Amino acid sequence: MKSGKLLKIVSVLASLAAASTSLGQGNESLTYTKDILPILSTTCLDCHGPDDTRRMLNLRFDTQDFLSSHIAPGDPDSSLLYQRISEDDPIRVMPPTSSGRKLTPEQIEKVRAWIAGGAAWGTNLDDVQQAALLQAAERQVVFTREVRPILSRNCFQCHGPDDQNRQMGLRLDIPEGFAGDRGTLGGPVVLPGNAEDSLLFQRITAEAESFRMPRGRDALTPDEIETIRLWIKQGADWESHWAYIPPVKPEVPAVSDADWPANPVDNFVLARLDKEGLSPSAQADKATLIRRVTLDLTGIPPTLEEVDAFLADDSENAYEKVVDRLLQSPRYGERMALEWLDAARYADTNGYQSDGERTMWRWRDWVINAYNNNMPFDQFTVEQLAGDMLPNATLDQRIASGFNRNHSLNAEGGIVPEEFLIEYAVDRVATTSTVWLGLTFGCARCHDHKFDPLQQKEFYELSAFFNNIDERGKGFKYVNSPPFITAPTPSQEAELAVLDEKVSAARLAFAELEATIASKQAEWETSLVGSSDNDAAVDWNLKDGLLVHHALDGDISGVHLSQTVEATLENGLPHFVDGRIGAAASFDGTRFINAGMSPNLDYESEFSLSAWIYPTADNGVIFSRASEGDEGEVGWGIYLEDGKIRLNLSTRVLDDGVAAATKAPIQLERWQHVTATYDGSKTPGGMRVYIDGQAQELEGVLDLVGNRLPQRYPLRIGASGSSKPKFQGNIDDVRIYDRVLTTEEVAVVATAQTVSAIASIPAESRSKAESDKLRLSFLNQYAPADIRAAYTQMMELEQDRDEFWDSLPTVMVMEEMSTRRKTYRLNRGVYDSPAEEVFPRTPSILPPITDAEKNRLTFAKWLVAPSNPLMSRVTVNRFWQMYFGPGLVKTADNFGSQGEFPSHPELLDWLATTFIESGWDVKAMQRLIVTSATYQQSSTVSPELLERDPENRLLARATRMRMPAQQIRDQALAISGLLTEKIGGPSVGPYQPEGLWDDIVEAGQVYPLSSGEDLYRRSLYTFWKRTLPPPAMITFDSSTRETHIVSTTRTNTPLQALNLMNDVTYTEAARAMAQRVMQQGTSVEGNLHTLYRLAMAHEPATQVQSVLTDAFTSHLEEYRADRSAALALVNAGESPRDETLDIAELAAYQMVASLILNLDGTITRD
Amino acid sequence: MNPIDDRKLQLTRRGFLGLSSTCLGAAALNTLLAENAFAQSSQSFGGLAGMPHFAPKAKRVIYLFQSGGPSQHELWDYKPKLADMVGADLPPSVRGNQRVTSMSAGQLSFPIVPSVYKFAQHGNSGAWVSELMPHTAKIVDDLAFIKTMNTEAINHDPGTTFFQTGAQLAGRPSIGAWVDYGLGSMNQNLPTFVALVSMGTGNGAQPLYDRLWGSGFLPTRHQGVKFLASGDPVLYLSNPPGVQSGTRRRFLDDLARLNALTLEQSGDPETQTRITQYEMAYRMQTSVPELNDLSGESQATLDRYGPDVMKPGTFARNCLLARRLAERDVRFIQLFHRGWDQHTQLPNGISNQSRDVDQAQAALVMDLKERGLLDDTLVVWGGEFGRSVYCQGKFTEAVYGRDHHPRCFTMWMAGGGVKPGISYGETDDFSFNIVKDPVHVHDLHATIFHLLGIDHTKLTFHYQGRDFRLTDVHGKVVEGILA
Repeated sequence: MKSGKLLKIVSVLASLAAASTSLGQGNESLTYTKDILPILSTTCLDCHGPDDTRRMLNLRFDTQDFLSSHIAPGDPDSSLLYQRISEDDPIRVMPPTSSGRKLTPEQIEKVRAWIAGGAAWGTNLDDVQQAALLQAAERQVVFTREVRPILSRNCFQCHGPDDQNRQMGLRLDIPEGFAGDRGTLGGPVVLPGNAEDSLLFQRITAEAESFRMPRGRDALTPDEIETIRLWIKQGADWESHWAYIPPVKPEVPAVSDADWPANPVDNFVLARLDKEGLSPSAQADKATLIRRVTLDLTGIPPTLEEVDAFLADDSENAYEKVVDRLLQSPRYGERMALEWLDAARYADTNGYQSDGERTMWRWRDWVINAYNNNMPFDQFTVEQLAGDMLPNATLDQRIASGFNRNHSLNAEGGIVPEEFLIEYAVDRVATTSTVWLGLTFGCARCHDHKFDPLQQKEFYELSAFFNNIDERGKGFKYVNSPPFITAPTPSQEAELAVLDEKVSAARLAFAELEATIASKQAEWETSLVGSSDNDAAVDWNLKDGLLVHHALDGDISGVHLSQTVEATLENGLPHFVDGRIGAAASFDGTRFINAGMSPNLDYESEFSLSAWIYPTADNGVIFSRASEGDEGEVGWGIYLEDGKIRLNLSTRVLDDGVAAATKAPIQLERWQHVTATYDGSKTPGGMRVYIDGQAQELEGVLDLVGNRLPQRYPLRIGASGSSKPKFQGNIDDVRIYDRVLTTEEVAVVATAQTVSAIASIPAESRSKAESDKLRLSFLNQYAPADIRAAYTQMMELEQDRDEFWDSLPTVMVMEEMSTRRKTYRLNRGVYDSPAEEVFPRTPSILPPITDAEKNRLTFAKWLVAPSNPLMSRVTVNRFWQMYFGPGLVKTADNFGSQGEFPSHPELLDWLATTFIESGWDVKAMQRLIVTSATYQQSSTVSPELLERDPENRLLARATRMRMPAQQIRDQALAISGLLTEKIGGPSVGPYQPEGLWDDIVEAGQVYPLSSGEDLYRRSLYTFWKRTLPPPAMITFDSSTRETHIVSTTRTNTPLQALNLMNDVTYTEAARAMAQRVMQQGTSVEGNLHTLYRLAMAHEPATQVQSVLTDAFTSHLEEYRADRSAALALVNAGESPRDETLDIAELAAYQMVASLILNLDGTITRD
Repeated sequence: MNPIDDRKLQLTRRGFLGLSSTCLGAAALNTLLAENAFAQSSQSFGGLAGMPHFAPKAKRVIYLFQSGGPSQHELWDYKPKLADMVGADLPPSVRGNQRVTSMSAGQLSFPIVPSVYKFAQHGNSGAWVSELMPHTAKIVDDLAFIKTMNTEAINHDPGTTFFQTGAQLAGRPSIGAWVDYGLGSMNQNLPTFVALVSMGTGNGAQPLYDRLWGSGFLPTRHQGVKFLASGDPVLYLSNPPGVQSGTRRRFLDDLARLNALTLEQSGDPETQTRITQYEMAYRMQTSVPELNDLSGESQATLDRYGPDVMKPGTFARNCLLARRLAERDVRFIQLFHRGWDQHTQLPNGISNQSRDVDQAQAALVMDLKERGLLDDTLVVWGGEFGRSVYCQGKFTEAVYGRDHHPRCFTMWMAGGGVKPGISYGETDDFSFNIVKDPVHVHDLHATIFHLLGIDHTKLTFHYQGRDFRLTDVHGKVVEGILA
């Protein structure tokens, strides 16, 4: 290992000093070899040392030659060496600024003292010391940081982990690849210590293009070649890719200024700055600091009261108190959730084509709560990946598992469902591996990974963990697709409990009447039997939920929703015969009844269809609201097809609808009662068919709901509008209910016997259906008022409860199937090209799962095991990004070999191990970072530092960052006082320009513009349509949520300027800010001062104040002269204007407030 | 974005402007900015170093995207032999193993249906064009037809996303965003990439998606700007009610003053960029309405585009706007015309739909040509796939439909280095399979890039550990259509 070698060299050099001391030379007399050479060896010998290939100006400091030319003993100021190292001019100073090396003032002083004291040489170096010096002077190459990236970039594509495309069998991503004699290649690939004879070096330096590597690409740069040469020369040590080695908690380094660090984070940062010859920046002023930390931890700026309290607080832990307060704020969870929603590709629509709505906000709210409750990150992980599989999973844990249902879902007509099932599994693997492992596993879908040791087979093995959900490749277009659960919020659960309470009380009250009911019913039955008059016979049938009833007793009209509806008979004259109940309508295959435009049933409706039929042919429509589309039957209906009963709902008969049919045929020329029920689930599994009250075995015949069911065809009895055969035989008592009838109720409906007739049957001889019919008719209609009231009360409460349940939000979740769906490796990643079957397994570069059972839950637990080298590093790195711009690893989504080497590897590992030790305490980690001195630095940057470190990777300052999209809007709402501080709930539609949806969305979709307080919710609650996301968010670089994103770019465009200047969101906020200061304020100066501080927290500089005052004065003059313009301006937005305020003055303040909302400083967190 | 180039740019600007901001008043600073302070040396702003890779033939592109999948059978790909096979089942030997959508996969038969519309030969090139495109038929000598376009996608969303981004699934940059990223802008007052949308009358409208002009993993500043037909043409372009132009100017001067103070204090070059972006926004407030103001167009020109040109949001209006955008050196102009998805009732639908586009697209090409713009403007016409030779749904003499057909379909190109008056590639007698010279979506992309001076294998962006490009690992330039 290189670090070990370096230590050895340093210790040899140290021994130089120690040895010379022991030779008895006095401490006070400085000598070159003892005191000066150790200093120069690390700063100067690289270019002025023993290596003559790199020696500059033919000047070397390891021999005595330079003494005559560069040293005037006793006179430092005349000595060239001293002149150059003490030079102020950054261009002339030695070592050169560009080398990153620097002598400290103490070291320079030591050189001066040595020259002043006579410039004694000291003892000559022995061979060992000479060799050590040589080594020290040579740049030490670190394989994992410098060499591996070169190999990865240039060689791995053909000589890497990809088994399928490897050239010449040579692998350069594993140590074995370099070792051994490669006979076929003409020699060893690498001879440690001897670059010139190593094949690798020969091939990359070959002049002949035919021989030079990499083939067909640009040659390596001279720097890269030199790096490879040094690496081989220095022993060609190999190390595993750093990120795959579990982090070990590093020692906290000592630093030049022990007072600066506020916590160990700072030691790591300062140690690096020391090495770079840089110093940290001063602490930011308090106002800037509280604004920064409040924005970072809550996503909104501090209030003026909070700023003032902090400014006034002189206690030593004033800042820590602020941090602790912020971590307890409910806004904290919202701020943290925002990052997570991007990573989780959360949205309110399905993402493809029509991009219909879905409901996932219960999952979003789970995330906010988890952060606010400081759920440990390992639990946060396990519940989101496999909460549904935890023993006795709670509702919350099941909701959490929605993480991997947030991906887009295709419901476009005509898609091949199998193709998209694969896409969903792929998305889950890609998202999960990026978010928790920092691996670009998606690359291995089609072939072995080109750069990281991830095989294609391993990709599918990983996908097998996620491929066992009873889901649909073709999703439902406008709603949640299975599996989903009903997920009441806590307040809804409370309401549900109240309703349940009421229902059981009503049931109890009713049960207490049981004895009375029995006797009263017996009395009533007796009275029925007493009557022998046939005309007076009492009958009754189920009315609860009855939408449509055509009794067909000599009249074709019906009752629809309690209204009598006239019907017309088409293609003939009405014909009635004796029916099952009274008369029945007779059909001859030509005539049918047109019964008007109701009821409206659709795919989401619950309903039951029933009728008595006497068929004489085995094909015919019983009743329907359907017709012939361009592609077959469109609409709903109940059909007799080849003697079987089919319940059909379809939009395109081949691929868009839901239908089921009985397996056994019914009998011809016989009265039978048919009921078909449908539960709105859009699957054939939600259908039931009963013949004479008996449930039938069904076969699903269509299971692909996509579009909506048309409502433009009339209810036809005995026919459809299509060419389907019309009914032949008799139909009686057509009924449509708005609910799924129970088996018992179906049997009652199918009981033709009149109530009177049943009453005359001895009780013990009645069938269950007969008894049920008698009892239901009594309770509904014939019982004494108090009994009916108690009964009705109970029924209504039950219905209320059911309706409330149906109104509750649902959320898509993960749910394992009992029989495992098989997973295959797919050739080239194509869905219809399966190769061998694979089984759940984790990638071999990482430690294996120890559980015998390999499923999603054990996978999740494996992920959070401390032995996983990636998860904690990847996670703390994402946290780091929130505060410093780039992460410690800039490629936050890629910790693989093409990813960037960490800027501070020890700090990353220290944070990662500390995070695990803390029990994955998320708030503690944020606290640690934001209470560091590093975080609290000023963000002001000098041109020199900017030149040296434009991206602030060295952290000699705080990073000045334009805020994320959502924060910019939330800040404006917060400082204007418009912000609605309400956590969670369905997504809302804030202002959006009119017409934006019109020309690109599917007909009928309308932006759900909110009103009132919902216009001013935080931006993470904004309705997110993936194919047309909120434009202002995208303009400010928000992710579109079509795929997972763990780091975003920040651009700076004119569209952003237009947005902030002209969007009503900001003009209204400016008006509200203006009102706020006018209502509370005093002088103009004071008001402008407050406006500025609302946004910036700190005081305006004098020049700023004067620009604001000038602006105000000029706008005031202008709006006094043009009050209609003022009125137009101050009427921005829906929130009420304070009409007591002078509109010209309000307009002038509003313009200044708008100016402030547009400031670079306002939309920047510095 | 290449951070190094970006930074150089910033430093250059800072070197110039950072100094100015301390020495000159902010008002003077604004004047300087308004005069294209850092743009004087070159015609392009932004873009990558070393771009274009070689001398371009086309400086700009007008891409007339026909959303929904226009039927090649009724428009461009004349198949006379089908007349003898009406209603016959498509021979399995022709159908081969081609997958069909689940919309027609369950059909019991695949009856052949020829076009009800007649074809005739036109121009010196003798191109066959259907009677639905009488105006376009007159300009065939300027067009290069590609009869052998093909794709893997069989559905609209993946198919359109493929054409626009080179991948069927969301997440990649659109073609215009790539061009913006690589070549940068040629003007300072308008976006580099503009999208215009129109609704057709063909009764087959598919929704569109922002990702079709999105920037994918490229920085969002490369995304296309969609011009709206109603309200502000560019979102938030107009000052709010009660803010006059003079007020806005005053506001911007104050803002620049304040931001200059911030810049002085923070030293952050982003602040400098912010100042210039506000000035560009101000210029857009003038240049976009000017673009939409057709009062300078002659009656003859307006007449040429047809009566729809007077209606905002129509294809005809968008064609005229496309020409005006091209004149103003907007680099990538893309029109999206919805309504070509005629699964059923195709004859009626496609005749309406053709009427929407025919006159205006022909006018556009002629107008460009007369103004000398066609030489360095590439015009591209086509949809995401074609339509099947067999009937979908109801089939009578006058009523039939066609399902999606990815295996071959027709596009055309004009101007910008394309060989005029040719037809490239051959399909079989059923326009079901390609017989000669297939052109894949990736090939089309490679060719468009080539004409713009871009080597499609070299314009890459490093993301998630690898270099991505529009053409993935595929695509070859279609040499046969190059002039």
